[in-house]
Amino acid sequence: MAHQIKSPLPGTFYRKPSPEEAPFKSEGETVAKGDTIGLVEVMKTFHQLHADADGILTSFEIEDAEPVAPGQVIATLD
Amino acid sequence: MPVNVIQSGIMTTIQDMGRPGYYHLGIPMGGAMDRYALRAANALVGNPEEAAGLEAVFMGPELEFTEAATIAVCGGELPPKLNGQLRETWTAFDVEAGDILSFDFLQAGARGYIAISGGIATPPMLGSRSTYAIGALGGYDGRAVQPGDSLPIGAQKAQGRAGKSIPNDLRRGPTEGCVLRMLPGLYWHRIAKKAQRTFFEDTWKVANEADRMGYRFQGGQPMEFVDREQPFGAGSDPSNITDACYPYGSVQVPSGTEPIILHRDAVSGGGYFMIGTIISADMDLIGQLQPNKSVRFAQVDMDQALTARKERKSMLSALRDAIA
Repeated sequence: MAHQIKSPLPGTFYRKPSPEEAPFKSEGETVAKGDTIGLVEVMKTFHQLHADADGILTSFEIEDAEPVAPGQVIATLD
Repeated sequence: MPVNVIQSGIMTTIQDMGRPGYYHLGIPMGGAMDRYALRAANALVGNPEEAAGLEAVFMGPELEFTEAATIAVCGGELPPKLNGQLRETWTAFDVEAGDILSFDFLQAGARGYIAISGGIATPPMLGSRSTYAIGALGGYDGRAVQPGDSLPIGAQKAQGRAGKSIPNDLRRGPTEGCVLRMLPGLYWHRIAKKAQRTFFEDTWKVANEADRMGYRFQGGQPMEFVDREQPFGAGSDPSNITDACYPYGSVQVPSGTEPIILHRDAVSGGGYFMIGTIISADMDLIGQLQPNKSVRFAQVDMDQALTARKERKSMLSALRDAIA
């Protein structure tokens, strides 16, 4: 059963903790509830976005450094 | 009997209509970014319109009630859920002791206002309960609410308000293609004629740096300045002036690139020129802008600004009549 992880925040979505580092998660990786899968930058702060379920991250639905809106799907889990 | 904070969202603050009168000392008036929405929410539950409520930006908090109350959520479309069941925004509803209020994803706007019958009864500071976090003033111990906080609620609760609802035409919020009206100001002459035109022609986008102090905009053309020798006390950038007072709503454009509108928690002065001031009637709308949304600016004169202020007042009167 596919599960969608959504962003509660508007802003800019990032897959990496910083430009030089590896992404938090890659497609095909196993994630556990509570794992950080990305950051949303808004109001001069970076907010961690956590997985709200366990599963295998099948795809990211948004590119790195793209604008994001509240309720937008960030990733799909299987 | 208090309301317990279980989750606080990203930034949920206690706000009322603010503390005017101290700006000359550097303390901004603060208060709800969207005052109309807080007034509406308070009116729905039978509170004085100036009572303190919660301002939740982008995400709603999770709250537990310890006694019966009537509540309403107005402003941005931040759908409330009572014990997991969706409820209407802009509509008063009853809660019982033990009920949990949470929120769905924000659907439109930026800030939801939660009024609770009785009003939040934290100690006022300089005449207001509004949270000025940078100055550690008002709010809950001078800060935004956090999980574990117990919010005191006033004892004067109106009865029989559940089901009252603001008619659709009186629900004010941002629409796609929001237009903010600006009265050009003292330093308007400092930018070239072309920049005076393109500022109003260009479509601007709300930047991520958008908070209670100010809203930054990107995407329009950089401004060219009229040449001058910088006056004594001004910095070397052409956007610098000798330090001056910053009005609420003033539009400063550091280096002529990204306009910043100062809002309720504004700094009171500094050395950037201001091309004009957003009219008071449109300040609430700014508080409902999300990052990445498109905005245009429109030029108005003083008569048009005062007419808009009157229209806004009559809308508030219509709201009071509609739910009396």
